Amino acid sequence: MPEAIRLAFVIAAKDIRAELRSRTALLSALVFAALVLVIFNFARDPTVLAATDLAPSVLWVTFAFAAMLGLNRAFNVEREHGALDGLLLAPLPRSSLFWGKLLANLAFVGVVEAVTLPLFVLFFNVDLSAALPGIIGTAALATVGFVAAGTVFSAMAVRTRFAELMLPVLLLPFMVPPLVGAVQVTSRLMAGRPLSEMLGWLRLLALYDIVFLTISTLTFAAVVDE
Amino acid sequence: MSPDLARANAVVRRGFWISALAFLGIAGVYVLALGFTPVEARQGVAQKIFYLHVPAAWCALLAFSLVGIVSALYLWLHDPRLDLFAASSAEVGVTFSAVMLTTGPIWAKPIWGTWWTWDARLTLTLFLFFLFVGYLALRAAIHDRQERARFSAVVGIMGLLLVPFIHLSVYLFRTLHPQPVVLKPSAPSLPPEMLRTLLISFAMFSLLYLGFVTVRYGIGLALEARELRDAG
Amino acid sequence: MPSYDGPLLEATGLHRSFGAARILRGVDLRLQPGEALAVVGPNGAGKTTLLRLLAGIMRPTQGEVRVLGRVLTSSAPETRRPLGLLSHQSLLYDDLTILENLIFAARLYGLADPAGAALAALEDVDLARRAHDQPRRLSRGLLQRAAIARALLHKPRVLLLDEPFTALDATAAERLRVLLRGRLAQGLAMVLVTHHLTEAWELASRVAVLAGGRWALDEPRAGDLAAFLPRYHELVGA
Repeated sequence: MPEAIRLAFVIAAKDIRAELRSRTALLSALVFAALVLVIFNFARDPTVLAATDLAPSVLWVTFAFAAMLGLNRAFNVEREHGALDGLLLAPLPRSSLFWGKLLANLAFVGVVEAVTLPLFVLFFNVDLSAALPGIIGTAALATVGFVAAGTVFSAMAVRTRFAELMLPVLLLPFMVPPLVGAVQVTSRLMAGRPLSEMLGWLRLLALYDIVFLTISTLTFAAVVDE
Repeated sequence: MSPDLARANAVVRRGFWISALAFLGIAGVYVLALGFTPVEARQGVAQKIFYLHVPAAWCALLAFSLVGIVSALYLWLHDPRLDLFAASSAEVGVTFSAVMLTTGPIWAKPIWGTWWTWDARLTLTLFLFFLFVGYLALRAAIHDRQERARFSAVVGIMGLLLVPFIHLSVYLFRTLHPQPVVLKPSAPSLPPEMLRTLLISFAMFSLLYLGFVTVRYGIGLALEARELRDAG
Repeated sequence: MPSYDGPLLEATGLHRSFGAARILRGVDLRLQPGEALAVVGPNGAGKTTLLRLLAGIMRPTQGEVRVLGRVLTSSAPETRRPLGLLSHQSLLYDDLTILENLIFAARLYGLADPAGAALAALEDVDLARRAHDQPRRLSRGLLQRAAIARALLHKPRVLLLDEPFTALDATAAERLRVLLRGRLAQGLAMVLVTHHLTEAWELASRVAVLAGGRWALDEPRAGDLAAFLPRYHELVGA
């Protein structure tokens, strides 16, 4: 395995092990997601608006905000005892550091989404059986894009006083295209529409991922190198 | 007064005159639009806001594009002046966008009956506004100048790459969700007098952008000169 | 590959500035095996900046750093391999045990037997019995020992030290000195940035004073600290 890739996995494995040990960020994000779903449920009038109309938006807003809670974790943990300096000193390419953090973030968000989806099905009483593979695929596609940008932004946000505010202020505009695309595809999947109606959006999601994975990898070095 | 401070003041003065000239030009466009340009058949006199609104929106986009491009140049060349220019452009851009976003609905309500539409131009300007705010908020939160320059540059580049995706999202959204037909002040082909007025307006607003950015850049230079003098 | 026998660490014409604000104004440095350079100076003189430049964490505006003859650049990670860092912070992760922390560092450096190397490093600093504790369970002195183990794990040729004696009691400080002296005798070179000149005086083979972004003094350490201090105060205008 090329060294750069091995090192990315070393970083990701370390982050995942540390998070599994403390579980703080993960549990917070999961509880948050559950609470948001509950609030959405009570906030709507089921006689006026059918669950299926609102469902994709509710699902994706929940995913997005819960994911954002976990993104600052990746770089906060490096600030506790100056560990980031150790990473910058090591013969570790900056891109490996980025991809390691990205993979750990994706694992985190993946778990949040995997737990939130069944809760969503439960609370909103929607039948996703036919659409499930498509929804999982769309979730993966949309998540990668905004987590890439989110990883770069969180590396910057943790160096400010109010990182929990700064990250959403920076990241939310970047979440719009993946979220809009995901909602559009999800709602069509749930309605059993043909694939041709979703292709435009899916292409948007894929293009977004490629562009932002690339630019995030390239600009990350400028964030950590002084 | 130190030579740096004197030079900074000279830049501010130059910017002031450029802006004054541009304001005169825009007043001239106003006159041109009202007096010397044909009235649009369907929308009437109200359509004339087009000559001010469209170029203002264009300037916000210009401001943001320059923030992005200059940010990329900064990461390559590491010249602090590029960072100051980007910051100045962002401050001017956020002002243009804010004005656009407030005057737009105020004018739209009596004409279209609605405060807001998700048409391409308004939506994009709204996003530019948010991106500007994020950029400026980050700058305000970082105190080390080199770090601030680096971080803002990254945000600038990422933001610039986001703009086409916003455009694409709005386009896909509209083609799949036909909106109620709203009369918009844009026409596929413009008669020559309208085109002339529009182009002159573009030029005057660009000049105003240049003037404002020059003033802000000069202020930035003055602040640096004063900091240096205070640090001894 | 021909063996390299020049200076382990070499800095030429280091400048660090942003616009008109200049932090380092031309610093040179040359370090041979077994040398320990103590860098002292008033706050804001640029000591931490210098250390970060030498570590490759910061990029100089002008000038270059060479480690074992190769220029330090962010895009060439392997050039950093011979470097080690011992800071006043432990560089450890709270949620992992000491041993897990070291195994991670070993994997980061691509060492052949990460677990074995980690355990050996802990035994070297007499910390093996605390291997399965998390950093928060260790006292400051023990934590510093863990940090030393981490810093020396990959057998660096040059050790950069950033205020390592901070908050150490006399025993722990002496222990650190003994360990470092041993490594110096084995050919390790060190750059030690410190405020605690009393702690570092016996360790240093050279002393350099950084003031206003450049060297005000750079000479072999000779005599005792009491004689040096008046000259130091004069140089920094205290």
